[in-house]
Amino acid sequence: MISSIIAAALVQTRPPADMQPVATPFFFYMLSGLMILGGLAVITRKNPVHSALALIVTLLGQAGLYLMLYAPFVAGVQIILYVGGIMVLFLFVIMLVNLERTQQEKSFNKQWVIGFAAAAALGVMFVSVYVKGRALFPELPVAPLEAENTQRIGNMLYGNYMFAFEIASLLLLVAIIGAVVMAKKRI
Amino acid sequence: MLNYITSYLDKTVQTTPGQAGNLFWALVYILFVFGGVSLAVVGMNWLERKILAHMQIRLGPMRVGPHGLLQPIADAIKLILKEDIIPANADVAVFWLAPLIILLAVFSVYCVVPFGPTHAITDMNIGILFMLGVSSLGVLGIVMAGWASNSHYPLIGALRSSAQMVSYEVAMGLAVVSAVLMTSLNPTGTGTLSMIGIVQAQYAQHVWFVFKFFPLGFIAFGVFAIAMVAETNRAPFDLPEAESELTAGFHTEYSGLRWSLFMLGEYGAMIAVSSIAITLWLGGWMRPFPNLLHGAAFDLAFSLFPALTFFGLAAMTFYSTAHMPKHPFFRLQTLGLGAFGALFALIGFILLIPQVFQRVQDIFWFIAKIAVFMYLFIWYRGTFPRYRFDQLMKVGWKVLLPVGLGVLVLTAIVGVMA
Repeated sequence: MISSIIAAALVQTRPPADMQPVATPFFFYMLSGLMILGGLAVITRKNPVHSALALIVTLLGQAGLYLMLYAPFVAGVQIILYVGGIMVLFLFVIMLVNLERTQQEKSFNKQWVIGFAAAAALGVMFVSVYVKGRALFPELPVAPLEAENTQRIGNMLYGNYMFAFEIASLLLLVAIIGAVVMAKKRI
Repeated sequence: MLNYITSYLDKTVQTTPGQAGNLFWALVYILFVFGGVSLAVVGMNWLERKILAHMQIRLGPMRVGPHGLLQPIADAIKLILKEDIIPANADVAVFWLAPLIILLAVFSVYCVVPFGPTHAITDMNIGILFMLGVSSLGVLGIVMAGWASNSHYPLIGALRSSAQMVSYEVAMGLAVVSAVLMTSLNPTGTGTLSMIGIVQAQYAQHVWFVFKFFPLGFIAFGVFAIAMVAETNRAPFDLPEAESELTAGFHTEYSGLRWSLFMLGEYGAMIAVSSIAITLWLGGWMRPFPNLLHGAAFDLAFSLFPALTFFGLAAMTFYSTAHMPKHPFFRLQTLGLGAFGALFALIGFILLIPQVFQRVQDIFWFIAKIAVFMYLFIWYRGTFPRYRFDQLMKVGWKVLLPVGLGVLVLTAIVGVMA
């Protein structure tokens, strides 16, 4: 009896022959829910360290969504850069500043009207994009290019968009030099 | 149900359970890897004490079991029974979460470690990127542990540790990129980030990447080998837990089971980074000279290695058994050591069965290479004095980073010319 139930479950979870096992609605709703909860926690926690940790949960959920969109490279970079790099530096700074004052401050400044107006405007924009631009959204899932995703990104970055890529890296270099110049009095 | 299980064992399925989409075997592999790594950590615990002790002309643990062989078990029981203290003003949730995050980061990495062409939980086409990304989550756990303890030494330890890990990750990444670049030197010109693909590229190019474009591959490997010691916070880069300055660094306030989770994470991370180095530069699961010395005779000769290793271990154990003190007080210990020897011999005989050694020999070579790295980690600890923090940063940013960049550029140039 029990074994037949397990067998039925296993048969259901067995992926079809064309291998699209990851992008199930369940994972989408789970990850989205996680991200929304994380986002709410970011703005409601009084302790900034807790907020930063909640933001990390949100970013990890986002990496999961990238995976579901068959963009594993972007997901990996998301984890390395945002979670491993930027958020660690965030935490670093937050831990060094004085936390006692922020604990006593109010986290919301009672501007409910403006907040609701902004949120409603954003919501209307999302809905109108979805309604008017329905043609942009494909009916069926696009054929996943997971196997050569990384290769395609490489070709794009070093081929079609090379100048944009180089300019962006130059900008980052300028930022680094600027930070060094500002931080150090004598160079 | 039974069909589902046996379908993976079919000879035509030449892939990992993750790629075959077989949940049952993926779960079996996960349990095997988890258990194996935990067991290896227990073994490492004993070996590190013994080897360090012998390097310092001491005996090390000798009381619990013959030659202290049961010491890790005694330690584990002690740690589980110990009172679990949480400091009064600690941030309990974060304090509780920190060791779990470290463990999660360490054990997730093993998803893509290729113990053999089909012996991995799964293979991703971003394998190495996944490994670097997930292992960089470990620093999060350290920072959280240091901050949540609400104490000075752990906070300083955590700050040191995160600064160190973030800066050495850069050099590590550059070394990894130069190895990944080498995978693209084939007629199609496309490289791969998949862990299994990287080893297969080394097989196809007839060379381990450590010897490719000598000395470029070797230098990249050296940069990685230094950076990985710093990444795992081991001596001589163990500033985050420098005893003489910070008591125990970021886990000063931890005790009992939680503390042992940190230790499990540290040793697990050591095995994980070693397996990255082995996969990228030392030919992964391949036996020495798979292209040069091939054919039935060589295949047979090399397949005897696993059994011979265990027979050697058994012989050493029996030799020690024969040299145990003859006093009746030591009778039980002598018998125990003899039992250990018999166990090794038994494993050796099992490994002589053709069906067994054909399946496990790539796992054997991978683990043998890991063992060499683990010994190196202990050797470093016994040999080098600890760096000062400014020296550490200097080595990371002013030596390893430029060397890594230079090797990357040179590898690209030589690769294009070749």
